Amino acid sequence: MTLRKYLVLAGVTLFSTLGDSLLARGMKDLGGASLHNIPGLLLAILNPYVTIGIVLLLAFFASYMSALSWADLTYVLPATSLSYVMVAIIARIGFHEEIPSTRWLGIALIAAGVGFVATGPSTTDVRHEDPLRSTPESNDLRLNHE
Amino acid sequence: MNNLYAWAAIAVITLAATTGDVLLAHSMKRVGDVGELWQSGGLFAVMRRILATPTFFLGVLAMAVAFYSLLFGLSWGNLSLVVPASASLTFVANAVAARIFLHERVGRRRWLAATLVAAGVALMAM
Repeated sequence: MTLRKYLVLAGVTLFSTLGDSLLARGMKDLGGASLHNIPGLLLAILNPYVTIGIVLLLAFFASYMSALSWADLTYVLPATSLSYVMVAIIARIGFHEEIPSTRWLGIALIAAGVGFVATGPSTTDVRHEDPLRSTPESNDLRLNHE
Repeated sequence: MNNLYAWAAIAVITLAATTGDVLLAHSMKRVGDVGELWQSGGLFAVMRRILATPTFFLGVLAMAVAFYSLLFGLSWGNLSLVVPASASLTFVANAVAARIFLHERVGRRRWLAATLVAAGVALMAM
């Protein structure tokens, strides 16, 4: 794991949090949007919060795909689940929502899960590895595998 | 009755989201390290390699199914039930599916991480 890879994981977390929050903020401007009001949903794109939210979610998708290209799914998902924690913090600070104690407990469990997976190896499957390009990290894994 | 619909939606969302994640993860493993590819061939090489991977589009399709079932689920059940329930079930389903289909070695550490995160997401709904 290099600094660049940790930055990509941080990007996955940040872009999904900010994208979701901006979408939620924009949809509140529009009032209750529903499937019965399709033109209203299409016009939602014109709302600046929604527009920036969509751009950020595209950035999320790009960094998520990048992360999946060099790390396991079972590594990327828990490692980026801090976004649930960040959504709660944004709801507390930005939207002034009260956070009950069960939710703080949930936040603590998620943080523990992130700590567990992030300190372990990022990839376990060696079948896709190119032996000519192998890194010391993957060599260690190959030894473990045998 | 509405509750049954909400749980049916949660099941569909979990299934579609897991299928999508597994297909996308599989596609990106075949594409290879995007960072290295970018450095050697530029953005164009990355795009071309991704667009030449059919399972990528199936993954995006499955994600779209998950997103629209979420919209339908939200019209039948509460936001505070549908979103956390489907998110935490997806964490556990992904760990199982990654082990079976992607041959990832989901050790004790990752099971614990997936379970802790799933429990945490469920708690945040309360």
